[in-house]
Amino acid sequence: MSQHLPILQVVVPLLAAPLCIFVRNGRAAWGLAVLASWVSLGIALALLGQVGTGGVISYAIGDWMPPIGIEYRVDIVNAWVLVIVATIGALVSPYALVSVEREIDARRIPLFYSAYLLCICGLLGIAITGDVFNVFVFLEISSLSAYALIALGRDRRALTSAFRYLVMGSVGATFIVIGIGLLYSMTGSLNMADLAQLLPGVWESRTVRVAYGFLAVGFCLKLALFPLHLWLPNAYTYAPSPVTAFMASTATKVAVYMLLRFFLTVFGWHFSFEQMELDRVLLPLALVAIVSMSLVAIFQVNVKRLLAYSSVAQIGYMVLGLSFATVTGLTATLLHLFNHALMKGALFMAMGCVMYRIGSVQIGAMAGLGRRMPVTMAAFVVGGLSLVGVPLTVGFVSKWYLILGALERGWWPVAVLILLTSLMALVYVWRVVEVAYFREYQGEGDAREAPWMLLWPTWALVALNLYFGIDAGRTAGIARQAAEVLMAGIGQ
Amino acid sequence: MTTELILSLVLPVVGAALILLLRGNPNAREAASLVTAGALFAVVLRIHGAVRSGAIPEVVLAEPIPGISIALEAEPLGVLFALIASFLWIVTTAYSIGYMRGHHEKNQTRFYLFFAFAIASVMGVAFAGNLFTLFVFYEVLSLTTFPLVTHAGTEKAKRAGRVYLGVLFSTSIVFQLLAIIWVYAMTGTLDFEPGGILRGVVPVPDGVVPVLLGLFVFGIGKAAVMPFHRWLPAAMVAPTPVSALLHAVAVVKAGVFAVLKITVYVFGIDFVSELGASTWLMWIAAATIILGSLVAFTKDNLKARLAYSTVSQLSYVVLGAMLANSWGVIGSGMHIAMHAFGKITLFFCAGAIMVAAHRSEVSQLGGLGRKMPVTFAAFFIGTLSIVGLPPTGGSWSKWFLGLGSLEAGQVGLMVVLMVSSLLSLAYLMEIPLKGFFGKDAEVADHHHGDSAGHEGHGGHDGHEDHYRAPPWSLAAIVTTAAACLALFVYPEPFYRLMAMVVGQ
Amino acid sequence: MNVELLVSHYNYWIVIFLMMVGFYILISRGNLIKKIVGLNVFQTSVFMLYITLGKISGGTPPILTEGEAVYSNPLPHVLILTAIVVGIATTSVGLALAIRIKEAYGTVEEDEINRIEAGIEAGG
Repeated sequence: MSQHLPILQVVVPLLAAPLCIFVRNGRAAWGLAVLASWVSLGIALALLGQVGTGGVISYAIGDWMPPIGIEYRVDIVNAWVLVIVATIGALVSPYALVSVEREIDARRIPLFYSAYLLCICGLLGIAITGDVFNVFVFLEISSLSAYALIALGRDRRALTSAFRYLVMGSVGATFIVIGIGLLYSMTGSLNMADLAQLLPGVWESRTVRVAYGFLAVGFCLKLALFPLHLWLPNAYTYAPSPVTAFMASTATKVAVYMLLRFFLTVFGWHFSFEQMELDRVLLPLALVAIVSMSLVAIFQVNVKRLLAYSSVAQIGYMVLGLSFATVTGLTATLLHLFNHALMKGALFMAMGCVMYRIGSVQIGAMAGLGRRMPVTMAAFVVGGLSLVGVPLTVGFVSKWYLILGALERGWWPVAVLILLTSLMALVYVWRVVEVAYFREYQGEGDAREAPWMLLWPTWALVALNLYFGIDAGRTAGIARQAAEVLMAGIGQ
Repeated sequence: MTTELILSLVLPVVGAALILLLRGNPNAREAASLVTAGALFAVVLRIHGAVRSGAIPEVVLAEPIPGISIALEAEPLGVLFALIASFLWIVTTAYSIGYMRGHHEKNQTRFYLFFAFAIASVMGVAFAGNLFTLFVFYEVLSLTTFPLVTHAGTEKAKRAGRVYLGVLFSTSIVFQLLAIIWVYAMTGTLDFEPGGILRGVVPVPDGVVPVLLGLFVFGIGKAAVMPFHRWLPAAMVAPTPVSALLHAVAVVKAGVFAVLKITVYVFGIDFVSELGASTWLMWIAAATIILGSLVAFTKDNLKARLAYSTVSQLSYVVLGAMLANSWGVIGSGMHIAMHAFGKITLFFCAGAIMVAAHRSEVSQLGGLGRKMPVTFAAFFIGTLSIVGLPPTGGSWSKWFLGLGSLEAGQVGLMVVLMVSSLLSLAYLMEIPLKGFFGKDAEVADHHHGDSAGHEGHGGHDGHEDHYRAPPWSLAAIVTTAAACLALFVYPEPFYRLMAMVVGQ
Repeated sequence: MNVELLVSHYNYWIVIFLMMVGFYILISRGNLIKKIVGLNVFQTSVFMLYITLGKISGGTPPILTEGEAVYSNPLPHVLILTAIVVGIATTSVGLALAIRIKEAYGTVEEDEINRIEAGIEAGG
């Protein structure tokens, strides 16, 4: 059984998804989704444990040996990403029950859980597979279900934002297929490890470079790197609350993983940084993303949109870490994948609680909620502090490594910029906190504390924010190990 | 001893929990505050005893990032600060009981609660075993004092709160955190060590040390070195006990304490003076001393005047640290103690005047001293101590700071110290003089004296307790004023601790 | 660039032409249905790319027969079968969304939708 974990990781949510439709009952579908997502989490943790003790796991699908057959290849890097996705998936699914009943038509609820499981399946698949074309397939599974999930939002603008995301997402995915096709034409292989061996022989070829370019644009669209982020803010704003919480914590993270996997494992560090000078492209884009999007976030009046812009800025931090092209920088990136998932998950879940009670997430509508919904708002405050990077939260740990990385390179202006943007984060978080705690409640709605079913997953994430902020030994250790693996590549 | 170290953090938190539990019964709640404060002082005294006999107890609480821990360590300088803060907490709690009731403040439970949290963070700052721990508790202190600053909940209080957190957070995040990570990147450690940790870095790039030192001095916004002093006057909207303990003692002293500690244990005073890294900062501190005094002159609001006086006096401590010689450091540490006792007395008096006579402006104080003689006498003693005149403790710290500046060959700084003393004599002595000898001020409606931001008070005190400070408050005032005098005769404990810091 | 190169790589020129056409429709048209058509053309160009990559000149269809040593590569065809399925799925989701948008907004023209949305934002 345990040797089949890699395939079960994908198959469990994949099979549970159609079952959700067959049961035709919201609660039953929810039960299935919770079960499948927690089983996935268990498998992901088991895989991380196996990788930690036994090294890389290679799983040949249907016993077709790689590089001809499809290989699932789990090393510390993707085991880490699997855990991130599965953790958020497992916490969002119980959260969804009440939230979805409030935000989505009853008859669509089984479909919601089905799409949700497909999305989890797609993201896990991207992370686990060792085959580049398989990446594309899973990417489309996750994207298509994501479009559907977003379109389920109550506001009609959810539809248009889903459509725009569909257009940009498909263009991005198509770019990625083009890149993969060109690589295949040069090497005749689709297996990542095999490609890593073959590519150095054709580094000089223009086709490989063009492929690199197509892939870069495709990934950057998917991970919403400025200026290719335009699909993100509306999608996150109008999607149903659990969808936003899930997507914000996982989808872009997996896209960052794809970028790292292709550019560091498949192409290799030397090609990416010495020949293609990837850092020269990524560094300015990341910096602009961080600064401009933090600035834009400050002026938002819808808190979900505010957090969405903040996400674009935070993605900038992840890309920034990569652009340092050092182990410390990569550690920061990988650490922030996890840490940002924890903080944004908690923040969007807290917003879901607010949405549940008062039906709006406009800043103005949140007046007085500090008293009315103390548990929810306390979660928001802690999540916000983590976003700012206050010590003893996970946000601080990420910032620490990021700044350390910048100083190691001697780029102190970058370090200063990181700190300045932390202050900007403080400003936008503060705006919400001030309204919630210093103004009197004005709405006439039923602003009691959110139900327990929404609060516990929220606080579970908040607790993780604090736990891994106080004891980051394990997360930082894994991130560093993963960074070293990525830096070393496979072939060299 | 490690138990005591942990207790010093835990006790105030336990106190806070008790306060929350007993919120229904104000008498029990205040008793819990007092008992906790007393217990904390006893614990710090025990640690003091151990440190005086040469021990350096330490304990690691957690390790958030590999190699970077939250650790507590009691060394002489930290003990000095902890002693002052924990002792004055007892006094301030007593004072608060009188003040908060006399002033009919709302949300008193929240007040005592966050006060206890603030003290816990101050203990963390005092006993921080490395730069990271210091930074953490420094930030926690900003957060826990924020509800105290905005206690009144008025628009003005909110604005002040924004300035308060804005300045403290932005300086600490942009400058201080950068400096900390920079130190870590160069040395691979953040521990405080006698002689400093930077000396080991070979070679230190040119010009880095002065910049780094500057990042710390400005990054520790709580030290209120100009131009990052604005938060301190803003914080005066808080209830007076908060201004007294936190913004004359605990919070601001946490700032200058951190500057001193970092100069001594991260840079090392010999290293700093060899490189002359601190010369430019000496003059910035000197400028703050003079400018703070000058601004204080222009303030008619009593608390605002005291606030600017604090800005000026804090830079004495910074200056002492920047002199980077034994006398300077001793003077600096002593001034933390002496100024604490002097300034808290002044704030207590200001609060008593506000509660009893509803007056907050200097110009309204004429003749009031004849009605409130004890309060104004205490104010007079406090003034002497701030100015640095015998027979008060303040004269010692000024003396050592003077010695320090002469040893550093900075006669100009000596002149600054003198001029500033004269200035503070002038702007502070005006108050007791007016009180005792001035004409009775015409206060049209003293029930609505414009205090620094607190919401309208009850305004219907019985006539029998008019012009009489609450007895609890009066007891506190007398205690601290007496302490100012006692420290002139017996500065020994603080001097000994500082001598241990500089290794004499 | 010599003519021979242009001619011998004619498949790439077709691919590039289709790609640009699709992309242009996608960007320039405001009608959501036309956008989907553009997206389809764009994706189809990639299918062509893959399929032509698999063709080896002189190669026969990859069926095991006596006497033939050179086969065309069948793998790209298989991949593209998958990609076509994905493309159909994308198109259907896109069309479904367009129908829902039509129901919600009464139009599938982007500029009108934008005007309605701007109205919502202004009106709170």
